[in-house]
Parts: sequence; C-alpha cells; structure tokens
Amino acid sequence: MAKVDIDKYPKASLDINIRWCKGCNLCVTICPKGILSLDELGKITVDKPEECIGCGLCEGTCPDFAIKVVKDA
Amino acid sequence: MQGNEACAQGAVDAGVRFFAGYPITPSTEIAEWMARRMPTLGGKFIQMEDEIASIAAIIGASLTGAKSMTATSGPGFSLMQENIGYACMTEVPCLIVNVQRGGPSTGRPTAPAQGDVMQARWGTHGDHPVIALCPWSVQETYSLTVKAVNLAEKFRTPVILLMDEIIAHLREDVKMPDPRKLILEERPRPEGGRESYRPFGGSAGQIPPMADFGMGYQCNFTGLVHNEVGNPSNDPGVTDRLIRRLTGKVESHRKKIIHWEETLMEDAEIAIFSYGCSARSAASALKAARSKGMKVGMIRPTTLWPFPEEAVEAAASREIPILVPEMNLGQMALEVQRVAAGRSKVHLLSRVDGELFTPAEILSALKGGF
Amino acid sequence: MPSDIIRYFRQETLPHIWCPGCGNGIVLRDFAVALEKLNYPRKEVAIVSGIGCSSRAAGYLDFDTVHTTHGRALPFATGIKMANPELKVFVIMGDGDASSIGGNHLIHACRRNIDLTAIIFNNYIYGMTGGQFSPLTPRNKRATTAPYGMIEQSFDICRLAEAAGATYVGRATTYHNQLLTRLIVEGSKNPGFSLVEAVTHCPTSYGRRNDLKTPTDMVRWQKENAVWIEKIRDGSASLKEEQFAIGVLHRHNAPEFTAEYLEVIKRARK
Repeated sequence: MAKVDIDKYPKASLDINIRWCKGCNLCVTICPKGILSLDELGKITVDKPEECIGCGLCEGTCPDFAIKVVKDA
Repeated sequence: MQGNEACAQGAVDAGVRFFAGYPITPSTEIAEWMARRMPTLGGKFIQMEDEIASIAAIIGASLTGAKSMTATSGPGFSLMQENIGYACMTEVPCLIVNVQRGGPSTGRPTAPAQGDVMQARWGTHGDHPVIALCPWSVQETYSLTVKAVNLAEKFRTPVILLMDEIIAHLREDVKMPDPRKLILEERPRPEGGRESYRPFGGSAGQIPPMADFGMGYQCNFTGLVHNEVGNPSNDPGVTDRLIRRLTGKVESHRKKIIHWEETLMEDAEIAIFSYGCSARSAASALKAARSKGMKVGMIRPTTLWPFPEEAVEAAASREIPILVPEMNLGQMALEVQRVAAGRSKVHLLSRVDGELFTPAEILSALKGGF
Repeated sequence: MPSDIIRYFRQETLPHIWCPGCGNGIVLRDFAVALEKLNYPRKEVAIVSGIGCSSRAAGYLDFDTVHTTHGRALPFATGIKMANPELKVFVIMGDGDASSIGGNHLIHACRRNIDLTAIIFNNYIYGMTGGQFSPLTPRNKRATTAPYGMIEQSFDICRLAEAAGATYVGRATTYHNQLLTRLIVEGSKNPGFSLVEAVTHCPTSYGRRNDLKTPTDMVRWQKENAVWIEKIRDGSASLKEEQFAIGVLHRHNAPEFTAEYLEVIKRARK
C-alpha cells in the first residue's frame, strides 16, 4: 500500500457518538491509517488520533451516523 | 340524472377535487364523469393501474389537503381493503364509493346485490372505525355523497358509500340544491407552532387536527402503531390508547353520524327494516299492505355503519315482528337480531339471484305473518 | 454524521432499528447529504416509503413523511405529487417492496414519467422477515426460502425501469457514497420519473448465508463488483459474473405527467 504522507492532509479529529455505535467494525476496516479499533464493549475507539488524515471514509461508511470528522482549523 | 352521476356531482359540490380510480362495472360512469369534470374545476383525475393504486393515490392526495375519492365495485373493493385500514390507522379522510354487484368474485357484474355490507364493516383487518352510508334513490345518492365527504373530513376517517347497481344506473329527477348553500366540513387543521402539535393526540374519541403536506409541520404518517407525534411505538399503553381512540372517534359520535327514516311506525304492528334498492320494493309493499288495512311500518337506515341501533329500538321496544328484506343471505338481519335481542321476531327475506325484490313477494312475506 | 445534516433527522428516533453493519444507514446518510445539496425549502419536500427494513428510513427524516403499505409507496406518492405538483417527492423502497409486491406500480410510475425520485435500497433479500429471496436475489444465492439456491432469474431493476419509460436511471453502492448522493441529486432535478438503485448490504440475512461473513466483506464485494458504466461504454471494461454497472445508466427526455395534466386543465377550461 502506498504510504500516506500525513503532512499533506489537514489535521482532523473524530467526534464520536458512542451511544449510536453498534460495533459493526466497518470504520475499523475501512480506515486507511488503521487508527480505529473496537474496545472491550465492542464500541469504536480512536487509538492514534494524531494520525487521522480527515479523509472521511469512516464517516461515510458508518451506518449509524456515529462518526463526525471535524477538520481542525 | 343517473345515480352514478348524482354521486359524482355530490362529491364535486362537497369539495372533492381529486379522483383516482380503475374501470369496473357498475361504477365506471363515476370515473368517466370525473375525468371530464375534474380538470374544468382545476381538480385532478387519474386512472391508476389498479384499485390498490387508486386508493393509495387518494390517500396521498388527501395528505396534501385535497378532498379525495375513488369509486369501485366488489372486486375492486376487496383489493382496497388493506389501504382502507391504512386510512383508518393514519386518520386520512377519503371517500370510497362501492357500487355493489353480485359476488363473490367476479359474480354478476351487471346485477345488483347488497352482499358487501359486512365487508364494509370488517373488510380490513384489526379493530377499526367505519362509517358506511347507503342511499335508496338518485336524490339521496347526491345528498349522502355530500354527507359522506363531510363525515370523512370531520372525523378524519375513510367513509364508504355503499351504493348498488340499481341505484347507480337508475335515472330519476333530482332537485339540486344550490351548492353554495351546502354546509361543508373541513378537517380540523392545526393552529400554532410545530412544537405543541400532536397530529395523533387527544383522548378517547377526540379528533386531532391534521396538517397538510407542505404546511411546514413535518408529520410522519405510518400504518404502524404510533405515538401522538406519529413515531412508531411498541408500547402497550400507546397501542391501547391509539386503537381505542380511533374506534372511539366514530363510536362516541355515533348519534351525530347515524340517520334513519321511519314510515308509519307510530301504529305499526309489523316493521320492515330495509335499505338501498331493496327498500324501494319494500316501500311499494308497505303502501299495498296499508291499503289492505295491514298496519305495516318501515325503518330505513341511511347509515349502515355504525349500525343505527336506535332505529331497531323503535320496533323492538314494542316487540313487533321485523321483516328484513335484503339482497344477501342475511347480513343486516344479524345486526337487527342482535339489537332486538329476542324482543322482536326477526325474519330475513333474502334474494341472491341478481334480481330485485318484487313488492309482491315482500307483501306476501308480510301477509304470511312469518 | 456531518453536523449540518443532523438537522434533517428526527433525532429522538435515533439510533435506528437496523442491525449492526446494515448498509441502509449509509444510504440514508447519502440521501440526507443529497437533500442538503438540493437545499429545497423543508416544507416543499415529501418522503414516501413502503414496508420493509429500508422503508423505515422515511420515519427518521424530519420532513413530511409517509410510511405506507407494502409495495404501494409509488401510488401514494403519485397521489401526493398529482395533488400538489409543487412538492419534491422522494420514494424509498426496498428491492422486494419495489420489484415484487410493488412491481406493477413501479412500471406504471415509469411509464407515466411522473416527477418522483425513487430510491431503491437493494440488499438482494427480504430483511425484515428474516431473509427470503426477492426478485432481485441473484441466481444460485441462498435465502431461507431458497435454501438450495435461487433458481429463478432476477430482475435488473435499472433495465426494467428504463424499458418501462423512466427518464433517469442510475445505480450506486454503499461503497460509492459520493456517486449515490450525486445520482439522487440529479434524479431529483430530472423533471420526470427517476430511479436510483442503491446497492446496499444485509449482513444478517444475506451475507451470512452467502459467504460474505462480515459487513466489511460485503462492502468489499460491492467495491470489487461495481464497474463504472463509462468504462463499459468505452470498452475498457466488461461485466463478468457477479459484476454490475454503476453510474448514470440511462436518461432521456419525455413529457412529465403532472405538467401534462396542467395542460389538460387548460384545455378543459377553454
């Protein structure tokens, strides 16, 4: 897989609504940086927030509207 | 004027501006008349792909605030049943005209019958409110169509006009009232803000206001059990309240809805209980019986559902026998029996051969003393 | 969810009823993004749905919404649009809803070319009732009512719509979010009947029985089997086995039904 140059992308953070997450794992598998995982309760957790490139794939694929990508100003 | 035309004219005068239907004998003239007339009034006519689509379209149109109707006969009425239940559940006003013909199935398309009385009451599944009216003349077809549209609007519920092939194709002189002098009902509409609006709220028997699509109230309509705002619910309390309020809308206002006509009942020793085309023969038989000195009276309900129990009471309280001539194997007779509760002897006179009763056969039943 | 589209939802109804990993939520979100792009005044939009998993989508959206009876969403929508042509009417249906019980209504809505935008959530299965085959279930796939594999031919609902007279037909998947949103936007702008097939995934009732064990497997299947129509047209790709075309598959101009009826009114009033 091609290496993604983090600095090319604006920094972003993920605003997660845990209450709506059903733990389907789609975001975990689609994240190109592999920074997401499911915690012991089966809910999404961001392991390496500093590596988020704000691509929005997780938000677009989340069937439960639980993820919002917030682009840092 | 023909019965079907009187129905269409009555609907237009009552404010109907949307008609959807599918060709079927013996109701087709209503659709044909509407196809010509609706666009001249700026209203809409659409021939749908079947009767299921027809009733769906009129419910959809009614959601936008249009007074809407369809017309059909037995086979089409059978197809419409699911969506009649939907209109009951979502409280969408609409008029369904069923010009009864011989059944079951395709039956006798050009022959009259009164076999859909119970279907009008219980055709769709689940407990639900029903209003069904039944005219016996072309004149009354006009006035009952106006009344049916009014009741649908007032109670936010589908109303069924049960005609029959005889009345539909009968030509009689009709005295048209000045349409501007008709009293027309409009569904209650919400006032005030969206936050406090409860499109399905209220206590037993209450009729909540209904917003038109496009008014900005953003309502949800669903055939699922729903709460006061319209969101689906599995709550037992919500379910119970909803079903009781829906049926209560009609039951608690039944006195305002039901209507019947009594002829010479004051001194009657025998009563005829009859409706629709059968009542025409019964009226002739009554006249003949009276001329022979028999004290016969007649009760003729124009409301079949809710069943006008009070009408039967006029005969049952005096314990006089009741003859029920009807063109089925005894659908209303069962209701009459139920209300009479053993006080009056109830005798059913049936015809299911597609032929009208002759006054003579009703007279002979009266003479026979059953 | 992007913060600005949350306002299109009845938030008290969330989280939705769909299973973990169900694609319906993705289609719903893409639809909401399309509504944001279209930016119609809220009260000018009506959303109609049938019965089934996907048809619950209407109730989550904060517009005038109708959750109708099984298969009948299109005739309800026809009544709404006909009675008030000012409204922008969207129709949400599932594959069984639209192509089986509602199949007749579908072809007639296409034939009339009435200005509705139909979004068909195609998960190839009846999900709400637990996984029976639909007319869109591909041959040889398994369902609870086809335990030995589907032996019937399936519909290509896009070709069906095109043949019946729809003037805008497109297909996207839950993997192709932006395309799906674009098709809904264009479909709504098309003055006539538009059909957008959204290939979605049902991990619970379809994937498990058909060797796609996880939602991820199902989305990957979509990615691998969707072929852009442009590539097929220019000859750089062709459809193999399970593959299907995505993109704008068809469009043509034809008279729109409610506009035609307004002409009828003018004629009748002369």
